[in-house]
Amino acid sequence: MQNREPYTQKIIGNRYTKTKASFEKSLCLFLYQLGKKGKSLKTCLNISGLGMQFKGVKAVQNVSMNLEEGKLYALIGTNGAGKTTIINMISGVLKPTAGTICFQETDITGMRPDRIAKMGVTRTYQNLRLFKKMTVLDNVLMGAQMHSTCGAWESVFQTSRFRENEKSMREHARKMLDIMGIAAFEKELAGSLPYGNQRKLEIARILASNPKLLLLDEPAAGMNPQESHELVDIIRGIQKEFGLTILLIEHDMKVVMNLCEYIYCMAAGEVIAEGGPEAIRNNPRVIEAYLGKRASHVTN
Amino acid sequence: MKYRENAAVRFVCFVLLPLLILIYSAINRGHYYSDLICLFGIHLILATSLNLVNGFSGMFSMGHAAFMAVGAYTSALLTISETQKARISGLPEWFQKFTLPFPLALLCAGLVAALLALLIGFPVLRLKSHYLSVATLGLIVIVRAFLDNEDQFTNGARGITGLPSYSTIFSVFLTGLILLYIMYRLIRCSSYGRGLIAMRDDDVAAQTLGVRIVTKKISIFCLSAFAAGIGGALWGHLQTVISGQFFYFTDSFEIVEMSIIGGMYSLSGGIVGALVMTFLPEILAPLETGIMIGGFQLPELYGASNLIMAVFLILLIIFRRQGILGDSEIIVESIFSKSTYTGIFKAETYRKLVDITKAKLTGKKKEKTAK
Repeated sequence: MQNREPYTQKIIGNRYTKTKASFEKSLCLFLYQLGKKGKSLKTCLNISGLGMQFKGVKAVQNVSMNLEEGKLYALIGTNGAGKTTIINMISGVLKPTAGTICFQETDITGMRPDRIAKMGVTRTYQNLRLFKKMTVLDNVLMGAQMHSTCGAWESVFQTSRFRENEKSMREHARKMLDIMGIAAFEKELAGSLPYGNQRKLEIARILASNPKLLLLDEPAAGMNPQESHELVDIIRGIQKEFGLTILLIEHDMKVVMNLCEYIYCMAAGEVIAEGGPEAIRNNPRVIEAYLGKRASHVTN
Repeated sequence: MKYRENAAVRFVCFVLLPLLILIYSAINRGHYYSDLICLFGIHLILATSLNLVNGFSGMFSMGHAAFMAVGAYTSALLTISETQKARISGLPEWFQKFTLPFPLALLCAGLVAALLALLIGFPVLRLKSHYLSVATLGLIVIVRAFLDNEDQFTNGARGITGLPSYSTIFSVFLTGLILLYIMYRLIRCSSYGRGLIAMRDDDVAAQTLGVRIVTKKISIFCLSAFAAGIGGALWGHLQTVISGQFFYFTDSFEIVEMSIIGGMYSLSGGIVGALVMTFLPEILAPLETGIMIGGFQLPELYGASNLIMAVFLILLIIFRRQGILGDSEIIVESIFSKSTYTGIFKAETYRKLVDITKAKLTGKKKEKTAK
């Protein structure tokens, strides 16, 4: 408990002194448990024999992965290797044609996306899917309201429970914006933010929903070196604070090698190599997939 | 000066004006202008309820006339007198003597319309964009055919006459206000509405943030139909005569037109659209019979008001596609609040931005010196 990061201390400190709202309390407990869980390594996500077939095209074949809790994983590979398809299947947007996906020992294969999201598996998108006509704060609130139990009719009658809930959600959302460093743009429309900030907003949005597993689809795409450097710091910070499991797809090798403890490399729908950063860097099959056969001979 | 805290302004807005309208409605019952204001109130309910579906949830329904018809017939059958009911052959005997008070009949009208929406919602709401529009147009035809052919319940194409004229300014605007309040709270102030707008902007992202698309679409469709049913019932009690021909394509298109003119993406847009579409044709009506303007006698221009309305609509579509109001809301309190006028960039945000850039600049300098 002593080595907590400053943000967590801030959040937890405020929570215990200030509020009575059930939403906040549950979040607090959740964070506390996460801190505990981070130390004992459990399996967070287990994929076995996963396959996806679009009519004649086999996009993903026989992929197996095992993600432990509280670690950072990367999924790399050439264009069209099926990385995004895998994330789509985990988050429920696509239904796999073969294999199973288990999240914390429950089978989530082919479940509805909203139910998977409520279990704590959240994702970002390659081509940014923000709600562009909503304000930045409302975007984050969309994430924060995911676990709220307040019904629609309570808002019509303005019950005190509804008000408290709304207030605590707003506070929570502002904190998430603060963590991502875009709190100043709270009232602007999401579509009017610069590109790098839109990426950060997308991460803030899913962070607000108390996730357990983050699936980040090319979070540094389209960012300049300085911005992506910042992003690496932020992702590492988040991961430590909340004890999250993160699986990220990335083409920027600097980001991947800096961040991740374990890397899966894909080509043509199959996992061709897995291991730590060094092992992947020197793996002949990876080099072959990226640079061609001759290059792999030369390096060997 | 803080207008927002000014008690006098609030008193005028929320107490005096409604009171004046109430007194006016009590004095002039059945007057031409009073009926026109009633019609405005009904259009307001219909247009705003259509906005729930068309604007806020991203589906494009055109079947509002069908829900109106169902509401109007339900309320009519529940309120007309025994002698009127005797003319309709197929009603069961217990129903002959059964009448409900007006508010309950209105509620029933809304509920039956919502039930119809629930029934057709499951198959129809799987469709998207213009396919959905065509399917809802089909609903109007089905309802019309039902009303015209099921003689024993609906009196066929002759329609039902002698509805009690319950629709006064007071009753219309009271129901309108209640419905508007519910819609406003649901759409603009709750997580339900936030999810709805998110679903419109990007349904895939909304799904992965825990929004269940099917329930959301069907629930908002039912709510919209509920309000439309009540609007239809009020319309029936205003005209006192209803038959299938009053609830057909033209009426449906008129409501769609209102919602487009005012702005689909806001509730106030529906109000403005209803205002324009109710009063503008009435203002233009004298043109058709020829009027004097500045000593110059205009010839009789039959159909001029329709023509002008059409041109107005075309110009609006070309130059302001989002409608008069776009997606902004008129809130009575915000009209008087000072913060509305202080511009887009508020002092707080500006100061925060300055702080951030300052911190970044100083941070860079420190790095440089360290190197």
